[in-house]
Amino acid sequence: MTYCAALRDGQAQCLAKHPEAYVIGLGVPGPTGIFGSTAGLAKQFGANRVLDMPASEGGMTGVVLGTAICGMRPILVHMRVDFAVLAMESIVNQAAKWHFMYGGQMRAPITVRMIIGRGWGQGPQHSQSLQAWFAHVPGLKVVMPTTARDAKGMLISAVEDDAPIIIFEHRWLYNVTGEVADGYAPEPLSGARVLRQGKDITLAGFSYMVLECLRAAEILSGVGIDAEVIDLRCLTPIDADMVGRSVKKTGHLIVADTAHTMFGAASEVTSIVVERNFADLKKAPLRVGLPNAPTPTTPALADHYYPTARDIATAALTILGWSGTLSPEPPSAHAWHDVPDSSFKGPY
Amino acid sequence: MTTKMLRIETGSAVSQGPGITTLAGRKRATADARLAMYRQALRVRMVEEEIVARFSEQEMRCPTHICIGQEAPPVGVSAHLQTRDYVFSAHRSHGHYLAKGGDLKGMIAELYGRVTGCARGIGGSQHLIDLKAGFLGSAPILASTISVGVGAAWAAQRRGENRIVVIYFGDGATEEGAFHEAMNFAGVNRLPVVFVCENNLYSVHSALEIRQPRHRTVKEIGPIHGVEALAGDGNDIDTVWQMAEYAVGRARSGINPVLVEFFTYRWKEHCGPGEDLGLGYRGKAEFEEWQARCPVAGYRKVLMSEQILQNDAHASMKDEIALEIDSAFKFAKASPFPAKEEMMRFVFPETPRLGDLS
Repeated sequence: MTYCAALRDGQAQCLAKHPEAYVIGLGVPGPTGIFGSTAGLAKQFGANRVLDMPASEGGMTGVVLGTAICGMRPILVHMRVDFAVLAMESIVNQAAKWHFMYGGQMRAPITVRMIIGRGWGQGPQHSQSLQAWFAHVPGLKVVMPTTARDAKGMLISAVEDDAPIIIFEHRWLYNVTGEVADGYAPEPLSGARVLRQGKDITLAGFSYMVLECLRAAEILSGVGIDAEVIDLRCLTPIDADMVGRSVKKTGHLIVADTAHTMFGAASEVTSIVVERNFADLKKAPLRVGLPNAPTPTTPALADHYYPTARDIATAALTILGWSGTLSPEPPSAHAWHDVPDSSFKGPY
Repeated sequence: MTTKMLRIETGSAVSQGPGITTLAGRKRATADARLAMYRQALRVRMVEEEIVARFSEQEMRCPTHICIGQEAPPVGVSAHLQTRDYVFSAHRSHGHYLAKGGDLKGMIAELYGRVTGCARGIGGSQHLIDLKAGFLGSAPILASTISVGVGAAWAAQRRGENRIVVIYFGDGATEEGAFHEAMNFAGVNRLPVVFVCENNLYSVHSALEIRQPRHRTVKEIGPIHGVEALAGDGNDIDTVWQMAEYAVGRARSGINPVLVEFFTYRWKEHCGPGEDLGLGYRGKAEFEEWQARCPVAGYRKVLMSEQILQNDAHASMKDEIALEIDSAFKFAKASPFPAKEEMMRFVFPETPRLGDLS
């Protein structure tokens, strides 16, 4: 099942199981259905449970919060995270704090789906990875499912959870397939997963960058380096125990994130490991992420902007003090590098 | 024929949505109800005066917005509300909380930061809550609770619950985008909401005329969002009661949401117990003109002239209220502060819910 179909299935499971659940967002019941992730849900569950809304991201987040404190379980969808910036007041000042500031009497069980991406000319305002903003706010839980199984299962768990949950979905994962359990199959909203065992270096990634870490591990295995790959899955909490155990074994760490490196989640993971596992580290860890510039639109610059598996592999070789050079990159299967695969025609 | 064309052709019908309403010759509340409203207004005034008197103790350590001068709207509106109806408020919320039946002891203890406070001391004056009374919360970011209140009304409508939602805010909040977004959504869905704007002419120290167009009042914003609107004297409890009776009735019957603009005036500084005429942003003549229209003293005069209230009854009413207030302050000051563990306890909802919505 694709990641996208898994998201759709997760929402369908929640709508079927929880009468108080509903899905709302600009274009949710529309003909394209949030890149297909809500396609057909309105037909299946009715227009009263799968809803469009006014173009009022801020006000509607407050409205959705108002239904949540009264016991409903909304799923609010932002087709691009950049539009959710309009809702920061309702998310940061209100939803994150209603349980705390009323001394535990209020609950705000809202799930907010935010879609991020890269490439295909998304440019400065259609492409940002703002997960660290939200993770910085106590009271919000921020997760980034990488696999189809998590896309479905973490969405189900988010709807069940009484805290406000922000789910970041990477558009380049939508067509990636994976094993997904049938039916109502929640996955935990904490804990990382080891996707590839290795002994020489730990490559820990968030979201789409986990795939790049796996590809980097393949490149590295070609030169005899055995990399361990961890899917971090959650920003709050970060699974420091699992990353620590891996670093104890490998002594080397690279953290890859879809966002800017500065003040980002990769920095947080690195700091935690340095604080807790300093003696286990044989070399200083490295972070791989975006440079500190807004996203350029032209594919010519985007090629330089987004880190790839090769960048991760190169960083790994730097840490390990490897003196050789990687064999030249094989010619790309398609002319452009700003799409996940040649079938991708944009826009998104 | 497209929807677009239909809209153009029926332009006049579209404009016949909710409009501006004027009330004339409506009945008054019963003598008992008017007496009860006076008592509540006096109580709110006396609570605020006691907070003012004790503020210099430096034991109430939170931003506190005194509502002296603005007692009429909460009293006249709440007279039409049931416990099951929900109220949301903003920063100047003491009157809204008390008039809806919010627990006085819990409020005072909250100001003193005690664990017995209505938000266990975590919220303070700006985050009052009393679920049993249907007072669902207050928050100081302008317009932030307006959309939340509209959401609560939407939930009530979706579930077919027989309740309305009243949302209080000031004139400043009507300049926020969230206000218009929430009004629009309420208008689209004909939600059971009464938006109550207490227009006290200033947002902190910034005058209305430098913030809003001179030829547009707040109430005129209502109809363009599909919200019926009316405006009137927010210092006269009888007027407030009449306007609220109409507005609550419209919302309760599901006809349309209503925006009510009350003109009123804050006597104290924006935040805190002091006077602020010395700042020079408002004139002495203006201030005295509004003081002469005191909602409490003015109503007392009316009720006495109509022989609904007598001097000795008034004296014993004051004594009763003073006793209640004194006991609330004693309760607050005798209560413990929250333990250290309380800090992390409520970041995420992992403990059982402590209260339930009525």
